[in-house]
Amino acid sequence: MSYNQNKPDTVYFFGTCLVEGLYPEVGMAAIKLLSKAGVRVVFPRGQTCCGQPAYNSGFPEEAKKVARHQISLFPEDHPIVVPSGSCAGMMKVHYPILFAEEPDQSEIAAFSERIFELSEFLVRIMEFRLADLGDPVSVTWHSSCHAAREMKVIEDSKSLLRQLHNVSLVDLENEQQCCGFGGTFSVKQPDISAAMVRDKLEAIEKTGASEVISGDCGCLLNISGAAEYLKSSVKCRHLAEFIWERTHES
Amino acid sequence: MSHKPFNFRKNVREALDNKQLRGNLRFAMETMIRNRKNLFNDPERLEHLRETSSAIRSKSLALLPRLLEKLEQNCHQNGIKVHWAETVDQGNRIVLDILNSRNVKRVVKGKSMVSEEMHLNRFLEKNGIKPLESDLGEYIIQLAGEKPSHIIVPAIHKNKKEIAELFHKHIPDTPYTEKVEELNAIARKVLRKHFYEAEAGISGVNMAVAETGTLCLVENEGNGRMCTTLPQIHIALMGIEKVVEKLEEVPPLLELLTGSATGQRMTTYFNFITSPRKPGEKDGPSEVHLVLLDNGRSTIMADKQLYETLKCIRCGTCLNHCPVYTRIGGHAYGYVYPGPIGTILTPQMEGVDKTQSLPDASSLCNACAEVCPVKIPIPDLIRRIRNDSKSSSGKTKGSGSGRSLMESAVWKGWALMNSKPELNRLGMKAGSLFGQYLPKTGPLGKWCNIRSMPVPAKKTLHMMADEEGVDRD
Ligand code: SF4
Repeated sequence: MSYNQNKPDTVYFFGTCLVEGLYPEVGMAAIKLLSKAGVRVVFPRGQTCCGQPAYNSGFPEEAKKVARHQISLFPEDHPIVVPSGSCAGMMKVHYPILFAEEPDQSEIAAFSERIFELSEFLVRIMEFRLADLGDPVSVTWHSSCHAAREMKVIEDSKSLLRQLHNVSLVDLENEQQCCGFGGTFSVKQPDISAAMVRDKLEAIEKTGASEVISGDCGCLLNISGAAEYLKSSVKCRHLAEFIWERTHES
Repeated sequence: MSHKPFNFRKNVREALDNKQLRGNLRFAMETMIRNRKNLFNDPERLEHLRETSSAIRSKSLALLPRLLEKLEQNCHQNGIKVHWAETVDQGNRIVLDILNSRNVKRVVKGKSMVSEEMHLNRFLEKNGIKPLESDLGEYIIQLAGEKPSHIIVPAIHKNKKEIAELFHKHIPDTPYTEKVEELNAIARKVLRKHFYEAEAGISGVNMAVAETGTLCLVENEGNGRMCTTLPQIHIALMGIEKVVEKLEEVPPLLELLTGSATGQRMTTYFNFITSPRKPGEKDGPSEVHLVLLDNGRSTIMADKQLYETLKCIRCGTCLNHCPVYTRIGGHAYGYVYPGPIGTILTPQMEGVDKTQSLPDASSLCNACAEVCPVKIPIPDLIRRIRNDSKSSSGKTKGSGSGRSLMESAVWKGWALMNSKPELNRLGMKAGSLFGQYLPKTGPLGKWCNIRSMPVPAKKTLHMMADEEGVDRD
């Protein structure tokens, strides 16, 4: 990885649509963590969604249109940091596939090279060190599918949690199994999706941890929505928010 | 091909309501996943093996016409008669003609997914021949009058109790027992008799070697060897994609096949069949036939993305690892091949118009692609089939049949909203102001089946970033 040797002084931040509309505090926490790690963060105006919903639903042309709009907003050669394994996977792994037949595919591939998932960037590029200021707590970790199997950044995320000396990390059964979100899957196959999220909730409850942490707002929306509906006591939080809250002086 | 009307949604509901099925599946799948993981405990070596095997399968497909010709020549030289079937009907006819012309009435069968694809048993029964399934799992579901629910362990949906009841009910003079050894012994006794009496044996083929004209058959029970050596006639059924060029390409594929399928380093039996009985040999059939079935494979081959479907070695591990399969089981998929491989293969064979929402039965979680021994990019192929289902210029059979004006309009609108920042801002604002008053119908209604309504934030990230003075360019 070319960024590894010299830490960049500036990064772009891609917020994702779920963070934009539903979890803005996650985005702010991520931006603050990046600043604290020592880079200038630029959050370009006009960005919306990575295009994954259409890409996964059989509408590649619509996905391309939206993807192209995002690509146009990150003109400089800075790394682009994304607080989601799934959206990062879309932009890094799938844009080159989506645009494989297009004349500018090599520029798109170069754009994709610049994509980093948040914890991957903090750990591998910035070698970020954390000092835990929070109270003792036990949490469990849910791996999002694409953070685990496309971006392969789970160890980075967990290594951040492990730096927090007051946080004990309890193993979750079938940690890497899909929670049933899958974007439009959750509404196209609602029954299967419901069975999956029920099982996920049950596994989380079994850990006895006070919170489940994950790196993807899609999973969190799904799991916390089901927890609330089923009156479960499970609490969910995004990694960025969890870490930020425990490591900054208020 | 005739099927009961396929209603995926209904199948899914029934499967999810069946607590017993879910319990059986969960237990069985977790065991198989664990066994595989224990065997493949060196990730680097596994990855190397997968690369090698994927390359072997890709090369075999690239050379397919030549390899098939070579296979035919070499089989012919070895005394194996090769038959070509373009369709399922032709395949069935070929088998029936062989049996009828030799006046065969008693047939034993080893496990073969191609025979399932052909609905061979039903066809032969209609024509007065009832083949007996001799693989234990297949035997169980034959007694139950069902179809396989898994490509490696066909009766995985049944537990001991259900099997005990089946045996007690269908096999004369059989007391009820749930003891596995006793159940095995009962089946063995019944099957033995049939092996001795059968005039023909039908089997599948796991792979065939072109340069030597060899048919490879992997199994654990010895029934495959019985089927292919005791009766006078052996008929092997194989999809045309299963050929490899060289004998030396068999070991890596074999290691991955058994390891991925059951977590075994090696199955109990591995049969290389290269000819009928030769003069002076003490056993073996006097005739061996190889039926090569196309059934849409040539069409799949012609597509430069979808052809990867045919790399499949039918190990079944994508089923074991699939969060959808492990919850709904194989029967819900409605056709012969369930799980992730079925999700890509069935729509291509049957047409996306017939298989309805089957390609939607994946959260694209990538668990299958991560374990597939020959590295088939299953989620990418699912996306491709979804694309074809929505587009009349797609190449999959039945392309465009999933298109609705409404859905197309929704995605057009979505694309507009997400490529025009002014529109997006408006949309987000409306969401945060009125989001909670949206009616719980359509997709939102489905979401709210088991989840509370998402609550839009009062301020978007863009608004917050401006307030906090984050750099914008
Ligand atoms: S698609 Fe891959 S994992 Fe699934 S059965 Fe075929 S070879 Fe095995």
